[in-house]
Amino acid sequence: MKLFDEPIEFAAQPGIGAPVWAGRAADGEDLLRFAIAVHRAGGRIAALWGEDARPAAGCFRLDCAFGINEGHAWVSLELPAAAVACPVYPDLAGIFPAANRMQRATRDLVGIATDGGDQRPWLRHGGWPEDWYPLRHDSAHEVGVGVGFPNLPSDYAFVQVGGEGAHEIPVGPIHAGIIEPGHFRFSVIGERVLRLEERLGYQHKGVERRLAGADFATGARLVGRVSGDSTCAYAWAYAMALEAACGVAPPPRALMLRAIMLERERVANHLGDLGALGNDAAFAFGLTQFMRLKEDWLRLNAELFGHRFMMDRIVPGGVAGDLDPAALRRMVDQCEVIGREVKALRAIYDEHPGLQDRFLTTGAISADLARELSMTGMAARATGLLLGGRCYRQGYTPPPPFDRLGVRPITDERGDVAARVAVRFDEVFESLRLLKEIAVAMPGGELRGEIAPVPGGAGLGIVEGWRGETIVGVRVGADGRLARVHPHDPSWQAWLALEHAVMNDIVPDFPLINKSFNLSYSGVDL
Amino acid sequence: MSVGGFLGQLFAIALALVLAPLLTGWVNQCRAWLQNRSAPPLLQPYYMLHKLFRKDVVLARNASPLFRFAPFAVFGCMLLACAIIPSLSTDLPLAPAADTLALVGVFGLARIFISLAAMDVGTAFGSLGGRREMLVGFLAEPALLMVIFTLALISQSTSVATIVETLAHREIVIYPSLAFAGIAFTFVSLAENARVPVDNPATHLELTMIHEAMILEYSGRHLALIEWAASLKLYAYSCLGLALFFPWGIAERDNFLAMIAAAPLLLIKLGIGGCLLAAIETVNAKMRIFRAPEFLGTAFLLAVLGLLVRLLLEVRA
Repeated sequence: MKLFDEPIEFAAQPGIGAPVWAGRAADGEDLLRFAIAVHRAGGRIAALWGEDARPAAGCFRLDCAFGINEGHAWVSLELPAAAVACPVYPDLAGIFPAANRMQRATRDLVGIATDGGDQRPWLRHGGWPEDWYPLRHDSAHEVGVGVGFPNLPSDYAFVQVGGEGAHEIPVGPIHAGIIEPGHFRFSVIGERVLRLEERLGYQHKGVERRLAGADFATGARLVGRVSGDSTCAYAWAYAMALEAACGVAPPPRALMLRAIMLERERVANHLGDLGALGNDAAFAFGLTQFMRLKEDWLRLNAELFGHRFMMDRIVPGGVAGDLDPAALRRMVDQCEVIGREVKALRAIYDEHPGLQDRFLTTGAISADLARELSMTGMAARATGLLLGGRCYRQGYTPPPPFDRLGVRPITDERGDVAARVAVRFDEVFESLRLLKEIAVAMPGGELRGEIAPVPGGAGLGIVEGWRGETIVGVRVGADGRLARVHPHDPSWQAWLALEHAVMNDIVPDFPLINKSFNLSYSGVDL
Repeated sequence: MSVGGFLGQLFAIALALVLAPLLTGWVNQCRAWLQNRSAPPLLQPYYMLHKLFRKDVVLARNASPLFRFAPFAVFGCMLLACAIIPSLSTDLPLAPAADTLALVGVFGLARIFISLAAMDVGTAFGSLGGRREMLVGFLAEPALLMVIFTLALISQSTSVATIVETLAHREIVIYPSLAFAGIAFTFVSLAENARVPVDNPATHLELTMIHEAMILEYSGRHLALIEWAASLKLYAYSCLGLALFFPWGIAERDNFLAMIAAAPLLLIKLGIGGCLLAAIETVNAKMRIFRAPEFLGTAFLLAVLGLLVRLLLEVRA
């Protein structure tokens, strides 16, 4: 089938995962035209990554996942290997600004670059030479992959802001608190932020290189640890991609158990964030209350699933662990208790004038901007965009088990910190409702199906994690092991949105705005 | 100066040095309890000072002598303030050394030193903090002066001792002007001591800091002195507030025994004051930094109102 009347031929991805249409662009021109068509239709760039496919196909490959109304369009573009050291493809950042950093990371890792635009490094901080690419198959180094190169910190050309009274405040990568490392370069006049530019990549740890050649089980463990707060979302997206690649459908009971874990992960993170948001406005009472609730929540996770964050419980083919009726009963009881307490705390938050004064109008993003920046997830819904992989919308049917659960979409039009707080509260209530609903509608049956590797298979898994659209792209090699796995965190797009959200706000409001997004560093530094 | 007076003065200073970290610890404890946390030990600030005094000082390569001198200057200023402010007795040898106006100057001097030192090394956060501190300071000082003028009008003197004596001996009549001045003084104290809702002493968010941002570059004994000075400042403001608005029970002679007798009452008053401060910090969120001028403007307005009420209504009566 064709999408948007463009020449690329698409085929629906088999299986019961999120709706994906995969196609192959004949050349860069086709890809560019398709991207423009997606943009015109109000779509977004969902993920972009590259692959050294020379051993299997004799070429490099660029993979782009676009978010469209009906699901996702996955376009691959093959780039001839022989011609130049660093093959090029058309720059998509002019159409989707969010593509900028993904393209730069792809260049740093795989050595395929855009034909123009921003050529600054992104993940490469001088830890390896410019003409050495860790994801290439011939990139072995005498001491080991990437080890043994002299670390030569390179200068990074931040965008300069001129004018009377404008100056820069560099923050990080080491912060006063114990948080992940990232550098923020503020250009300010007085307290007013004119521009913020982020530099990330301090946590680059070679995850994708480790994944290449791994078996399925090792891959599941590693992908589940890309960003610990989203382990269920990643593990499910990885499993979904593999199941699509290998033509396996997980049993219904496994799908429901996965949904339980995903919603429990969402609630845990939202509870933690709501407390932290209060604390960042010096309302420490909120932090202690919400942390208490989160701790109760995590302890039940540990009892029911054997792990506080439910790591390694979602596996390719199904789940590794069951809940008996007594466990479901306990879960429902806890949902009742937590629901009551969160309701009481919401009343306190909503009626606290000092807190509301900090939240309202701070870090606002409009729906148009959110769409331009390809945002997804909770932060996009807080601008009023009706985006969410679990909810029905015109033309989109959510994948099982959400097609039967009827998840209510939560939105808020304001787009500021207050909106992101309100969406979090509403999503907690909605997730609690879902958990109770799942507990009574739990189907019986198998927990796990066998998954046999299909050499050359490929799949894309998309899961609506608590932060947003968590995507994992998988390609299986001829040896039945993983040839290429790319985990994509929604933070890629949201980091860019944060730069815009803080514009024209004041410097001391940045931590609050930052916390209201609570983005993953580890998830994008890979 | 009598020997008793000399001893009394020494006792007051020693008491300030000992009690100040204790007061900070007590406020931290109360705040933890109010937030349903288990509290750190009451003596935690002493452990902190002990640790810091034993640590080596790390200095920036481009730190000037001012940077090294500032902690001592700030500590000295706060100690002097504690010596002047009547905590236990109004009749101390050092009390005539400075009146209330000079006291405001002493606090101002400390502020100048810490802000200059913050900008000395040239880090972004230091200048950020110094800039914000001056913003808060130049709004807080006039409000504090107005409070003092109101009180000076009542007692016809700007000497702290005279003011306190006059107020302690007044008949039990409600002075509306004192109520206005009291609220204004509370506002100013919160701002001057870097407490919620103006600043957050417990934050780790470097971009929101005011006081903490200025001292980020300090370490070792320098940091210990600054922390101790911050405790002394809180103690000084608390004692000043108690002496001005709740003076009952303070000793009025330079009698050492009378001072000892006044000590338990001071402890009780400080304990209650610490609880109230913790309560204020718990129920409030930190305001946007550009709300601080409004907050301190309100304090100034209230102080002026107190002054007007005094002039227009109370003087004739």
